[in-house]
Amino acid sequence: MEREQIKMDVVIVGAGPSGLAAAIRLRQLAQDQGRDDLSVCVLEKGPEVGAHILSGAVIDPRSLDELIPDWRDLAAPLKTPAVDDHFLLLREHGSLRLPIPRSLQNQGNYVGSLGHLCRWLGEQAEALGVDIYPGFAAAEVLYDEQGSVRGVATADTGLQPDGTPGPQHEPGVEIVAGRTLLAEGCRGSLSQQVIAAYDLDRDADPQTYGIGIKEVWEVGAEVHRPGTVVHTVGWPLDSRTYGGGFLYHFDERRVSVGFVIGLDYANPNLSPYQEMQRFKTHPEIRRHLEGGRRLSYGARALVEGGLQSCPKLEFPGGMLVGDAAGLLNVARIKGTHTAMKSGMLAADAVFAHWANTSDSATTGVDRALVDSWIWPELKRARNIRPAFARWGLWGGLAYAAADTYLLGGRAPWTLAQHADHEQMQKQSDARPIEYPPPDGEITFPLLSSVHLSNTNHDENQPCHLRLRDSDVPIQVNLADFGAPETRYCPAGVYEIVDGHGGPRLQINAANCVHCKTCDIKDPTQNIQWVVPQGGEGPIYSEM
Amino acid sequence: MKVLVGVKRVIDYNVNIRVKADGTGVETENVRMSTNPFDEIALEEAVRLKEAGICSELVAVTVGDEASQETLRGALAMGADRAIRVHAEMPPQPLNVAALLAAIAREEAVDLVLLGKQAIDDDANQTGQMTAALLGWPQGTFASELTIEDGRARVAREIDGGQQTVELELPAVVTADLRLNEPRFVKLPAMMKAKKRPIEERTPEALGIDMRPRVERVEVSEPVPREAGVRVADVDELLHKLRNEAGVI
Amino acid sequence: MTNTILVVAETAGDSLVASTLATLTAARELGDTIDVLVAGAQPGAAVENLASMAGVRCVLVAEAPHLAGGLAEDLAAVVAEHVGKYSHVLAPATTFGKNLMPRVAALVDIQMVSDVTSIRDAETFVHPIYAGNANETLRVLEPHKLLTVRPTAFAKEAVAGGEARVEPIEAGDPQGRSREVGLQLDESDRPQLESAGVVVSGGRAFGSMEKFRLLEELAADLNAAVGASRAAVDAGYAPNDCQVGQTGKVVAPELYIAVGISGAIQHLAGMTGSKVIVAINKDPDAPIFGVADYGLVGDLFEILPELREKLRVLRSEPDRQLAEA
Repeated sequence: MEREQIKMDVVIVGAGPSGLAAAIRLRQLAQDQGRDDLSVCVLEKGPEVGAHILSGAVIDPRSLDELIPDWRDLAAPLKTPAVDDHFLLLREHGSLRLPIPRSLQNQGNYVGSLGHLCRWLGEQAEALGVDIYPGFAAAEVLYDEQGSVRGVATADTGLQPDGTPGPQHEPGVEIVAGRTLLAEGCRGSLSQQVIAAYDLDRDADPQTYGIGIKEVWEVGAEVHRPGTVVHTVGWPLDSRTYGGGFLYHFDERRVSVGFVIGLDYANPNLSPYQEMQRFKTHPEIRRHLEGGRRLSYGARALVEGGLQSCPKLEFPGGMLVGDAAGLLNVARIKGTHTAMKSGMLAADAVFAHWANTSDSATTGVDRALVDSWIWPELKRARNIRPAFARWGLWGGLAYAAADTYLLGGRAPWTLAQHADHEQMQKQSDARPIEYPPPDGEITFPLLSSVHLSNTNHDENQPCHLRLRDSDVPIQVNLADFGAPETRYCPAGVYEIVDGHGGPRLQINAANCVHCKTCDIKDPTQNIQWVVPQGGEGPIYSEM
Repeated sequence: MKVLVGVKRVIDYNVNIRVKADGTGVETENVRMSTNPFDEIALEEAVRLKEAGICSELVAVTVGDEASQETLRGALAMGADRAIRVHAEMPPQPLNVAALLAAIAREEAVDLVLLGKQAIDDDANQTGQMTAALLGWPQGTFASELTIEDGRARVAREIDGGQQTVELELPAVVTADLRLNEPRFVKLPAMMKAKKRPIEERTPEALGIDMRPRVERVEVSEPVPREAGVRVADVDELLHKLRNEAGVI
Repeated sequence: MTNTILVVAETAGDSLVASTLATLTAARELGDTIDVLVAGAQPGAAVENLASMAGVRCVLVAEAPHLAGGLAEDLAAVVAEHVGKYSHVLAPATTFGKNLMPRVAALVDIQMVSDVTSIRDAETFVHPIYAGNANETLRVLEPHKLLTVRPTAFAKEAVAGGEARVEPIEAGDPQGRSREVGLQLDESDRPQLESAGVVVSGGRAFGSMEKFRLLEELAADLNAAVGASRAAVDAGYAPNDCQVGQTGKVVAPELYIAVGISGAIQHLAGMTGSKVIVAINKDPDAPIFGVADYGLVGDLFEILPELREKLRVLRSEPDRQLAEA
């Protein structure tokens, strides 16, 4: 069937902080320079802007100050200044207050919900004339005859599980654009294809990732301290596993609590979900939550590779922005400011190129990135994460202190990153881990958590979690690693069930919260995450 | 034939609702809203009547605040020819909505009013029947099949324990049940066009309808959670308890 | 103030249906002056039956051929004539009552309350909203209270001992703009999922459609309806219309037996209104045990045959009668 075609000057994939900042900046430039004819549209796979956004979040407002200087007067939902930082080393019994590393000092930053901020950015963008289409997933990159990206196509809807058109079938639509900005966030499915197609990571280390699992609680007024920011290292992880917890108090008696684990963890018996549940039972964390009620749950992978893992942003016909380009600052555990800034840099480059109808193939966005404040910030932080990978928690902390305070981030070396999926031990070599059962007050069974993500997918469509080889889950993953996907997936998507001919992998795609962990961590990279038909997945309201 | 379809903006059916701590209602701030699924089915049926050449004009109407425009844009994108919003700030009660719908049905001289059998927020299941009563029209509720022929609507109704088929003389009111059809996906170009289409704005005052609430909400509470009972050791103990303690077998 | 209550009876042919008994129970909570309105072509036996119920003062009988199909257009006109004489008018929240009562309410210009599960006082009623995820308490400001009541929320007992008088009432003329042209009743001898006294439900632990039949056999023994979790339906072990849960059917039987169901919240939303819940599951941490009155941890393939066998023994004991659903 012929697909309809829509022409745009710029199409942006993903209504997160980088995509929306790019859209806003483009239309600001268009209006300021009397070029109101610039058409910008944003496609968002979530059912509404913000529905698929998950972040801590303590947000550095630097980019927001640059993009919308009067944001405070426009009722932006950043209402709670960070006022009280804590950095704790947790032990199984007890804890130790550590000095706050410079990267985790949050004066001037705001505690809040990135989902709320994105909703607000979406409103600002629409007021400037950006067309945002939530519920429409970009599923395919379109290339022209010269091999440049000429746009994207939205997913077909109404396909049956076997991929053939059902009675409700509607073919996707081609959005043909002068420039295509991929702002999909960490491990974007189109971004991955484009990085591979143009070898954008040729000069980069492998990207390394973490999985963040987060809950939002409503707590009693008596324990609520807006602006309190707690970061932890140590328990319940062993010292070889990179990760830590966070707990932030923000407005409306809300507390965000979450746990991040580096996806280079080695023990296939580890369950990030269970670690997160266990983390909450530590007295230092429990006391914030006790008597409160859990409102929502979600998970999302994040990029941790930093500067040495960043691919080139620009490809023929478009560019990567934000976490799709790996721009998160892992030492600060912050990426919103860099994501927004990269979107703005992309917008500047695209607009200048469009307005001057330049013939040059590139817009120079990679140069602009290196010249911006993003680069030195990421450069200073570049060795922290790989130091933890090499020397574990104690070596990592010691190295981080030395690198930051003695060398000021200007060490003459750069530590390399490794690929996460290659780090898994065989189950036979690994220590078993026993997790405590949920207590129903602070800790909960997985499925009741997934329920709070509001996720859903039509069962009657092709599975959006594709296996490159259908034998690998049993012959390799189960045999060698004890089916780690049944533990690292924070949504209970993967289950080994006993079938007629022995065990088989059951994929409950409807549960998926679009975190992308399986696409990253599967030991043989056998699982490919692709977008389901639009408007599905989690519905986060305040993540 | 002219068809009027009512659409209501409700909390998305995938979202777990949360009762406010003060018991005044359910949290709606920052909560994903979408079109009531039963109304979407009603709308789909009307669009199919249009595609079959039976319906010549399809008017979508909603009663609600400004945000309800989004619901009407969805209706336009799905195939409605016109969209009307009747202003209401408070969640209106079924009898008042029925009065508004009846007024618009008369004014627009429609032949068929198609509604969802109930909205998934208040679960009232009243508006269609009330609209029919106020208009003095016949009603075909819980429709799982609808055929229009010779000025009549033939409606298969899902009733407890079976199916009843009724024949209604038009004009009539029909309310959609789950199995009537499966609504189509909205197409992106249709959504783009719908964003630019006008929405007609009306007020209850201009339609002469009193929106005074006639039922007052005392409180909204969470259902009392069930307590876990006891573990039994074996089938014998289970049967013993079921018979002698619970008295159910 | 004494309440005078009119119950609109639902009948099937000439017999009463259980939902009418539940509505009578609700009416007794409101007061002891209860009239019952019965309409139909030949409601004879139902009338007699109702007249013998405790607390019923008078049975109003509208008898006419055009009332046979129970069309709301005809029936609403009959009921509306009588609303003015009563403080409360009640009907069961079945497809019969849901179809009828809003039409009556609009005819007499009254905002009614649907699906009442609890009566606080003469003007304050509780009913579920958001598919049972919340309860709303409403105070009705209208001069007459019109309600449909949820049959599973009130006892369905036939309390005998009444000697009501029977009074024919005006049956009106057929409005002529709607007519019943067909009626198909489900022929299964197994009870309907939503109205069954016993429901046995299975989850994905059954592993196949063939093994799911084990559950159907247990259901047959207990004269129960068969339900299934979404996972079992998705896996193709049970048909779609068996699904119990938020997106499926909401059930509230006397006895609910969940076999091999972990108890996803989605499923719990559809069955926690049951009077007695039994959970059989291999996983002792399964959330289903959190709502079960009786939990049995073990392998369903061992437990089910044993359960059936011992039920059979229990049934054959002559001095005890197994309550039929």
